[in-house]
Amino acid sequence: MDFGPYLLLATLEGLVTAAVLALTALGLSLVFGVMRIVNVAHGEFFMLGAVLAWFFSTLVTGHPAFGFLLALVLSPLLVGAVALVSERLVLRRLEYNPEATIVATIGLLYIIQQLALTFYGPEARPVAAPFDFRITLPWFGYSGYKLAVVAASAVLIAATWFLLTKTKIGLVMRATQHDRETAQNFGIPVDRVYAGVFALGAAMAAVAAVLVVPIQQAHYLMGLDPLLLSFIVVIIGGLGSLRGTVVAAVLIGLSDGIISVFFSPTLAKMIATLLVAMVLVFRPQGLFGTVERR
Amino acid sequence: MAAVKPLLAVRGIHKSFGGLNAVDGVDFDLSRGEIRAIIGPNGAGKTTLVSLVCGREMPDSGQVIFEGQDITRLPAHERVRRGIAYTFQITSVFGNLSVFDNVALAVQRTLIDRADGIVKRHSAADLRGGVHDALDRVGMSDRLQTPAGDLAYGHQRLLELAMGLALKPRLLILDEPTQGLSDGEIESFLALVRDVAKEATVLLIEHNMPVVMELADRITVMDRGRVLAEGVPDEIRANVDVQHAYLGASVDV
Amino acid sequence: MTGPSALRALSLHVAVILALVALHYVLPDYHRGVLSRVLVLAVFAMGYNLLFGYCGLLSLGHAMFFAAGLYGAGLTVYHLDWNVPAAFAAGIGAGAVLALVIGLLALRTTGVAFMIVTLMFAQVFYLTTLYFTAWTRGEEGLVLSQQARQMPLGSGGLDVTDLSTRYFLALALFAFVLLATLFIARAPFGRVLVAIRENEERVRMLGYDVFANKLAAVVLSGTLCAAAGAAYALLFGYVGSSFAAIQYSILPLLWVLLGGAATTLGPLIGTLFMFYVIDISSGYTSAYMLFVGVALILLILFFPKGIVGTIRQRWLPWLP
Repeated sequence: MDFGPYLLLATLEGLVTAAVLALTALGLSLVFGVMRIVNVAHGEFFMLGAVLAWFFSTLVTGHPAFGFLLALVLSPLLVGAVALVSERLVLRRLEYNPEATIVATIGLLYIIQQLALTFYGPEARPVAAPFDFRITLPWFGYSGYKLAVVAASAVLIAATWFLLTKTKIGLVMRATQHDRETAQNFGIPVDRVYAGVFALGAAMAAVAAVLVVPIQQAHYLMGLDPLLLSFIVVIIGGLGSLRGTVVAAVLIGLSDGIISVFFSPTLAKMIATLLVAMVLVFRPQGLFGTVERR
Repeated sequence: MAAVKPLLAVRGIHKSFGGLNAVDGVDFDLSRGEIRAIIGPNGAGKTTLVSLVCGREMPDSGQVIFEGQDITRLPAHERVRRGIAYTFQITSVFGNLSVFDNVALAVQRTLIDRADGIVKRHSAADLRGGVHDALDRVGMSDRLQTPAGDLAYGHQRLLELAMGLALKPRLLILDEPTQGLSDGEIESFLALVRDVAKEATVLLIEHNMPVVMELADRITVMDRGRVLAEGVPDEIRANVDVQHAYLGASVDV
Repeated sequence: MTGPSALRALSLHVAVILALVALHYVLPDYHRGVLSRVLVLAVFAMGYNLLFGYCGLLSLGHAMFFAAGLYGAGLTVYHLDWNVPAAFAAGIGAGAVLALVIGLLALRTTGVAFMIVTLMFAQVFYLTTLYFTAWTRGEEGLVLSQQARQMPLGSGGLDVTDLSTRYFLALALFAFVLLATLFIARAPFGRVLVAIRENEERVRMLGYDVFANKLAAVVLSGTLCAAAGAAYALLFGYVGSSFAAIQYSILPLLWVLLGGAATTLGPLIGTLFMFYVIDISSGYTSAYMLFVGVALILLILFFPKGIVGTIRQRWLPWLP
């Protein structure tokens, strides 16, 4: 293949990565934006989504689309429930203290990860895509499903934007993010908002995982990469900024995809991580965030 | 008659936050040994001015000259070592540490500076002596091991003062020191400050007018980032502009 | 240092060291080997404790300092044929330099940002060890030969691979760092670090250069952790990327939390306890890190002061 079509292929792959990453990072960004905590277990919610997707797909025989649809609905719900329980039992007791929360979510990371190892096992297992459709381009064929993933992600992100900006629930969330005490004074049940947001963030990661699992496979260690990449995206895009998160995800997803195709994936990760650390050191508000007024 | 150089001279100081001119061109002289009070309505820029002097904020333009040296760009911790001590408006002691440890940190600073280096250690006896001296002056020698957070508010204020005194400053800046104190505590406080003024210059921000009138040699009145008036207490009391600045009502003395 | 309580503290620490000496003659071979490892890792924990416990800076990237020492010593032995003392010095030097650079950058941030920045720098370090597999052999790692790890001493020599020698070398390092930590905790520098942890702004307005003190803490902490890493490479003969991975940044946090942050003996207790928990549970399941996760949550929820910290708070307030 010539360079041009090769680049196109890399770009398409990058778009798929970006689509999944945007959704995952959005979940993380939402949690940080509203609750001001960093959830280090976010990658494990992602992994859990994928592992559950495999589980549901094995329950249903026949056309893979049925199993997939089941997973798409149930997996985020279950993962959201797990998140809710953790929030109630642990995070709330810590009063969302930033440092204590990080330690606790690290603990949560290991618990979820190791339980997956125990019950799911160390193997990577595939999940069949709901449909098998190839788009034929002049230079190569490309999986229609992958393009569908990009489309689905775009729809979900738009829906999230709609939820945040145009609905009452979104207003309540943004009010809590902006000024927790005033929100409380206005009768907003901040505790319930926090619980809901935490569950929503986890569910978003799970959805992203369900979408990606027919492309990748489900493995108990697959949560680490999305976690780090989401961190990178959220920091570059500015914590709590939806637009920044999406733009950064596209940027990072595309460059990661393209660099990985042409150079070593390890090098790509090294550069990305180093860049992000420097951004945090020298420009903590990222590209789109505003300097915090506390 | 030769002009005596002021201990502190502030020239053309400007500081704005966002669009707000907190301090809008202030010239200010402080003579050695005086007790100066800065008063003014809320938002007048008193705390900002004082922050510019002790180094917590850097001015947008202008100069701060202390003992003849330009300290405008000097970081806060250096200014403390030059002899400027600041006590916080909202009490800022080390709540989890004992009263002894709180003051020890201040005493340690002066001992390290005197010992000329970090390797040559001062003795534990010197440290204890310094702490006892400072606490004796404020009358808190009996509570050495109490965690500072367990003290009553008035005593925490005294502890702050002790920490400031332990630094052996030449300029002591007190930011609303009598806020929250009972009348009896205020009386002791007045005596203490007069005692301190024998060896240090005192600059205080206050809202409590009786205290200001009692204590201050001179008063500087600020309003909206500028110096409105400056003079001895009687002059200020009679000053019409000052009365207007306080919401048009006459100053309650 | 004030009189009687300082003497009590010193006696306690010397007693602990002597007890560890005695254990060498009492324990069976397997446990002696385990204890050697624990002592070196406890040095790692003590280094971490300096920054986290005393100064209040939670780093999530300390694996890079341990690994700097590990690779500094390991690579110089493997590729350059350096002898044991020189390699040890190389490891410590590498850690000190890295800590200085990281400190200058990371200390521009605070709180959560500091945690993430240190995490990311450590991740870059880890990826670097994977990238340059030509020299490091990545995950597979390097094995240092037995001959390379002999230490000539006068007319005879020390065989670092010998069980007893290894034990006493580990103990020597541990004892040195333990007493150093005790000294620092009671010195003016230690007081300043604790004060910075409690109320940074106040410390600044008492005339201390907060940045310089924090930087000193980072460098000291990194150097101690690198010393542990260098010792680990030389005593146990294996250098691999897994020691630079995130797990080795989380473990010292766990050890210190469990043993008691800002206590001198806490890190040893925490490391010892957790090592045996993992050792025993890994015999039953490969998911032994589950216990790490559960321990972290229980600790942060119910026992944030850890074992020695709780003892100090409830019964023995003179414990340093």
